[in-house]
Amino acid sequence: MAEAPFGLLAELTHRCPLQCGYCSNPLELVKRNAELDTESWRRVFDQARALGALQIHLSGGEPLLRPDLPELVVHANSLGCYVNLVTSGVGLSRDRLRDLAARGVDHVQLSLQDATREGNDRIAGIKAFDRKVEAAAYIREEGLPLTVNTVLHRQNLDNIAGIIAMAEEMGAERLELANTQYYGWALRNRAVLLPTREQLSVADPIVAAAQERLRGRMEIVYVIADYHEAHPKPCMYGWGARQLTVAPNGDVLPCPAATVISSLKIENVQDSSLHDIWHNSSSFNAFRGFEWMKDPCRSCPRKEIDFGGCRCQAFQLTGDAANTDPVCSLSPDRSTVDLILETEMMPSVVPAMAMRKMS
Amino acid sequence: MTSVVALDAVPYIRRGVKCTYDQIRESHVVLFPEGVLVLNETAASVVALCDGVRSVGEIALSLGDVYAGVEPEDIAELVARLVERRVVDVNG
Repeated sequence: MAEAPFGLLAELTHRCPLQCGYCSNPLELVKRNAELDTESWRRVFDQARALGALQIHLSGGEPLLRPDLPELVVHANSLGCYVNLVTSGVGLSRDRLRDLAARGVDHVQLSLQDATREGNDRIAGIKAFDRKVEAAAYIREEGLPLTVNTVLHRQNLDNIAGIIAMAEEMGAERLELANTQYYGWALRNRAVLLPTREQLSVADPIVAAAQERLRGRMEIVYVIADYHEAHPKPCMYGWGARQLTVAPNGDVLPCPAATVISSLKIENVQDSSLHDIWHNSSSFNAFRGFEWMKDPCRSCPRKEIDFGGCRCQAFQLTGDAANTDPVCSLSPDRSTVDLILETEMMPSVVPAMAMRKMS
Repeated sequence: MTSVVALDAVPYIRRGVKCTYDQIRESHVVLFPEGVLVLNETAASVVALCDGVRSVGEIALSLGDVYAGVEPEDIAELVARLVERRVVDVNG
């Protein structure tokens, strides 16, 4: 039997005031009328806790757009879970934050698109910067620990020092600097987002120096730009290993991007229990362990480190989710990634960013 | 890099860290941003005494009343690992 998951990523809604062109939500966003109701989310939390989940990440879209968020926080907290609110900060007034904290939010992850108002609001597609700065102040006043999340790409990587300074100013205890991973909206906008090698080689030492300087004050987590690497990321620490995602409509996903693998039969909480889906579904068992692997992964000692990389990336770039992640230098499809870098890192004509919007 | 924790240092649980018992895993666990630590019995008894009052040496003494062969250096090392995982911080 598979080990119990540690976390549930609850995507309460896909609705969001921001329109970031690298959004991790799928291109086909779930509409409001297809979202799970309060009772169903409560049941999902109950089932997740019974299955072993100890952390509930309330995410989206923008979770603050759900009027039942306070009740859901209370419920997640009553189960003994660590309650993490993942928000853009837009709509987080002082009163609202106070109320959510009193109801049991343990930690807030606040997104920041760029170091400056102008850059931030251009990427977000709305005026959000000032509200984020305010939200950070409320979070600090309330004494809640704060993580600032910034997705890195060609448009903001040159401002990395400013982003780090901004997170410090906001009073963050953690800063996640995650280079864009190319699924969904980010894949569509890849030619606008892919960083150049030069940008990364300037940014890397700045991050390393800040990690050293801020040790003990602000932890900086740096997620690599995998197209530029020789080895893939240890995606999800293995398929169906540590976390599960429930989409706004109740679809249960081994990773937030898994809907891109069209060959996968996705289960829904309306039809089966999380226990049954986690342990017995074909989707969760498809890439568990090492048996599904082909060479070069199968005979590679690194399979214990990176689990063959990302299944969604393998599917998107090679057409077969069981192939080695093509960013790996040992993959027979690495040339596909090299060609993408060559053509999209510095395209002669940069396309306009497709802003994330409901169709 | 594991930093050294002195025997007179006073460890406490960091802000935003939650200590609880998980009936599913039948273990004490520590929950923190983006992480879960499943504790063995020794670690759980140390974490329970990281109250911001007792020093590492005093924790070792308290545990010595319950368990045989508790060495203060081992407790200091365990606390250092908890500091590294950002579960515990120390004063002094």
